[in-house]
Amino acid sequence: MTALLDWFADPANWTGGDGVPARLVEHVYYTLLAIVLAGIVAVPVGAAVGHTGRGGFLVVGAANSLRALPTLGLLVLLANAVGIGLLPPLIALVVLAVPPILAGTYAGVQAVDRAVVDAARGMGMSEREILLQVELPNALPLVIGGLRSATLQVISTATIAAFVSLGGLGRYIIDGLSVRNYAEMAAGSILVALLAVAADLALAGLQRGLVSPGLRVRGRAPRRPAPA
Amino acid sequence: MIWGWIPRNVELIVDRTIEHLWLALLPVLLGLVISVPLGWLATRTALARTVLVTVTGLLYTVPSLALIVMLPLVLGTQILDPLNVVVALTIYTVALLVRSVADALDAVPPVVVAAATAMGYPPWRRFLAVELPLAVPVIVAGLRVAAVSNTSLVTVGALVGLGGLGQLFTEGFQRDIPSEILTGIVVVLLLALVLDALLLALGRAVTPWTRAGADAGRAR
Repeated sequence: MTALLDWFADPANWTGGDGVPARLVEHVYYTLLAIVLAGIVAVPVGAAVGHTGRGGFLVVGAANSLRALPTLGLLVLLANAVGIGLLPPLIALVVLAVPPILAGTYAGVQAVDRAVVDAARGMGMSEREILLQVELPNALPLVIGGLRSATLQVISTATIAAFVSLGGLGRYIIDGLSVRNYAEMAAGSILVALLAVAADLALAGLQRGLVSPGLRVRGRAPRRPAPA
Repeated sequence: MIWGWIPRNVELIVDRTIEHLWLALLPVLLGLVISVPLGWLATRTALARTVLVTVTGLLYTVPSLALIVMLPLVLGTQILDPLNVVVALTIYTVALLVRSVADALDAVPPVVVAAATAMGYPPWRRFLAVELPLAVPVIVAGLRVAAVSNTSLVTVGALVGLGGLGQLFTEGFQRDIPSEILTGIVVVLLLALVLDALLLALGRAVTPWTRAGADAGRAR
């Protein structure tokens, strides 16, 4: 315990390429990169599936089977096939982030009251306008819910990806283990846990802040994702 | 791809699978035993519910590797102790199941509870013989999610000592044997699938009335 406090108190751990700020920035950078890339793919596809109602079972199936896929296995398989570097873990992070965003967007768009969509159609809105101006704003709570679970999954997997040489806060855990420095490992874990909790709270805040006031009353929380 | 690795290592795969199974299932069992009283508590008072939902929600967000590594601080175990993996997965299972149990108990029709009371069931007998059985389908749904995600999360333990089939990932990576990694992934997926199906069947077997009710409905 004192070793842990000493680790946090040591100025050497707060500067340079291996310092906490640099590792934190790396971790956040990988996470944002993966979420943005996954979002570019998943939000339009999820919205299209939800709007047309076709292929929904595929989306739900993909999200459910993701629970069973061992992330460490995916990471080492890609690193083994593609090599060391940013690309293999990034592919894994995007692959893991797509299903929750896809499922959230699909569920959100699909759950929009049909009467609302019919009213929009009756007012002469085009299908495109219905999707962008009616369905997606109504679906926002569930879309951000999907982003939330994807973000947790990515923060967690990016930590594990330190095993295949990715930077970020997971480095402290993997490097600490190889030199039998438990204080460093514990410090890394605490930082990762804090990052995950902070990201989750921030997105929960965003979820509340961005949602149209008219929607705030209804709302059972969506089913929680698997732990990561 | 050296496929010859698989026939030469059947024994290793079987050993790792058995180790994997108990690392994944022991937490499900422990989690269930802990979650039923906690879930019951959550349906009793609003304060207990708020506290439990907040705490479990918070624990749920902690990444698995971080949780496994932090546990020795709390438990006083060694970092390579398998107990860390078991406790971490038990925590996730409880976080998931407490809500399932509470939701399931809430969904028991009040008239049924009232009828049981009128028939003279004392509260604890009523809970065990009436409310809990009626909550089984929802609890089993939660158990299935927990079993499947535990099966995949066990592998993370391979980074700190013990991870069942996850050791095929770390070894296969270090020794550059892709077929070892693939074997690990496929067996984990199969285990998850089988456990999910078994729990589904078990849930059906212990709630024969759900099907009897459906039949009766059709007969009317």
